[in-house]
Amino acid sequence: MDFDRIKEKLNILADAAKYDVSCSSSGSKRKNSNKGLGDSSGMGICHSYTQDGRCVSLLKILLTNHCIFDCAYCVTRKSNDIKRAAFKVQEVVDLTISFYRRNYIEGLFLSSGIFKSPDHTMERLIQVAKKLRKEENFNGYIHLKSIPGASDELMREAGLYADRLSVNIEIPTKSGLKLLAPDKKHEDFMKPMKKVKDEIIQYKQESKLIKSTPKYAPAGQSTQMIVGATGESDRDIMYSSAFFYKNYNMKRVYYSGYVPISTDPRLPAIGTQVPMLRENRLYQTDWLMRFYGFDIRELLNDSFQHLDMEVDPKLSWALRNRHLFPLDINMADKQLLLRVPGIGLKSTNKIVQARKYRKLNWQHLQKIGIAINRAKYFITCDSREKELKDLTSEQLKQVIIKTSQSKFRKELSPQLSLF
Amino acid sequence: MQDAVLKYDGSFKGFLTCIFDAYEQKLNIVEIVPAGEDQGQLFSDTHQIISDELKALRVLKGLKAKVSSTGMTRIKWAFLSEAPGIEMKLYEMIRYIFSNKQKVDTDYSHSAVLYISNIAKQVGREKHRMEAFVRFRLTKDDIYFAIIEPDFNVLPIIIKHFKSRYADQKWLIYDIKRRIGAYYDLTKTEYVSMELPEDIGISGGNLEYFDPGEIYFQKLWKEYFDSTNIKSRVNMRLHVQHVPKRYWKYLSEKSPFA
Repeated sequence: MDFDRIKEKLNILADAAKYDVSCSSSGSKRKNSNKGLGDSSGMGICHSYTQDGRCVSLLKILLTNHCIFDCAYCVTRKSNDIKRAAFKVQEVVDLTISFYRRNYIEGLFLSSGIFKSPDHTMERLIQVAKKLRKEENFNGYIHLKSIPGASDELMREAGLYADRLSVNIEIPTKSGLKLLAPDKKHEDFMKPMKKVKDEIIQYKQESKLIKSTPKYAPAGQSTQMIVGATGESDRDIMYSSAFFYKNYNMKRVYYSGYVPISTDPRLPAIGTQVPMLRENRLYQTDWLMRFYGFDIRELLNDSFQHLDMEVDPKLSWALRNRHLFPLDINMADKQLLLRVPGIGLKSTNKIVQARKYRKLNWQHLQKIGIAINRAKYFITCDSREKELKDLTSEQLKQVIIKTSQSKFRKELSPQLSLF
Repeated sequence: MQDAVLKYDGSFKGFLTCIFDAYEQKLNIVEIVPAGEDQGQLFSDTHQIISDELKALRVLKGLKAKVSSTGMTRIKWAFLSEAPGIEMKLYEMIRYIFSNKQKVDTDYSHSAVLYISNIAKQVGREKHRMEAFVRFRLTKDDIYFAIIEPDFNVLPIIIKHFKSRYADQKWLIYDIKRRIGAYYDLTKTEYVSMELPEDIGISGGNLEYFDPGEIYFQKLWKEYFDSTNIKSRVNMRLHVQHVPKRYWKYLSEKSPFA
């Protein structure tokens, strides 16, 4: 191996791949049954964390950053004056295996700039995955990018080797896409996504009948949207996201605060702050939608188009729906408990278990680990002490903000001082 | 009834034997002390407990009938925490379990149950961290070798993970704090104890011990790690929350040599 050459390529092609947020390595069921290398049947593992706090689970690289497209938001766009490089198929295979054997990574996340044609690019990505599976007996995690515009046959083949496939929709609205990526068509993104979804359903049905049916993208599909590049509302973003979860059985939708990388006048200027707080609120909303039984229309709608930056979306929702509270901790349905600000999934389960044995009071709840400082205004329990003052929602919100620590206090204060 | 202090060899088998003897002899136990540690109680009978497989298995069987499988895992993991006084907390929980007709291992309003659940969670976290942060280095004799120094005694519970993952390579994970390692020879794993040279280090590729290519892969990994960082998003607080500083020593990408 020529280490110096590989080092330079790695530098360029990892740098270009880092704006892809997904680094998940969970959800696959690929076992090491052939005494080969690797196992991805368990939970995902983050083997390291970057200084910006993101998990490093996969070797995330581009096969090449040569690209025939010129999307304004992308670092590898054709018109950008940067160093270009390309890995050989075997180089990616060797690097993945050497890193995996040392327990640096859970597997490979391979994306690419589009060179020559979408099909040509997709074919190369598949070659890497196929080599890893067939020649190296590799059962680690493989995440391949579906190249927009790739043919159905190639997408079918990709899913046979990959654990996860993803197409980044990037721009949540059609008008935004037209503005920033005029060479790309909305349909080009949707077509591979639909093909993969259909194949997953078909393979699942078959494997019910025939046990030996090969696995097809067992960890499903994901996609990503850039936040804050085109002036879209939180409602626009989350409604698209809900659409993908529902109609394309997405495993995950990622939200990526736009990192300014271009002087293009259509985009936020270089030096503009990355909207990290907004990104965080969007993820919270995503979780409420997927795990807490909220319908997205409850959280965002025509009269409420932007998330409250000062408080989390669940608290914000609860403050708009005071008539549903207080809930009796010892009686309320699990589904309702999940809606109380300051009580999460795990605490809910613990409460439901523990209240079978005795009535719970504030001490019990404190020990179980719920955020009493938020929850206490929305619940009653086995105690005479009640924290229900007759405050308006706005007053209550201020009380809660004052009595709680937000990791975003610094980001919030300059915004607040504007008013 | 006289207060009793039980001394045992520090193994899980020994601990379960303590429980058996406590019930059989109706002892009023005030302290259970592992070998190598001093007892705190002065005015009480001291019993030296000898680990007994049959007794331990009977307690285990009794427990299995009264707790869920998660509950059983929690008891084992909490024991591996080696936390001072963990034996008494476990004893308290086990007594609560045996004194009830129903399963009570999910009664989080009982202080010992909640305590064991929390400490088992800590052990689980350490287990997961070791599975994540262990870094193998390829030695000259073709063994992937890693050193760990975990807060809790998690080596026994990480073996399975590494065995199913690295079935086609020889590996050795050595706990330098407890001076015991697990070695996989392509068919089975066994515990080994050995003297390590002082200059072997947790990372780096000293050519006396390691494959000549080893150091380059560490350098490539560091290169990757550095290129994947997004400077405009740096958040060291979050970073340290994910990788507390005491784990940095494992991570070659964070060491300054390259």
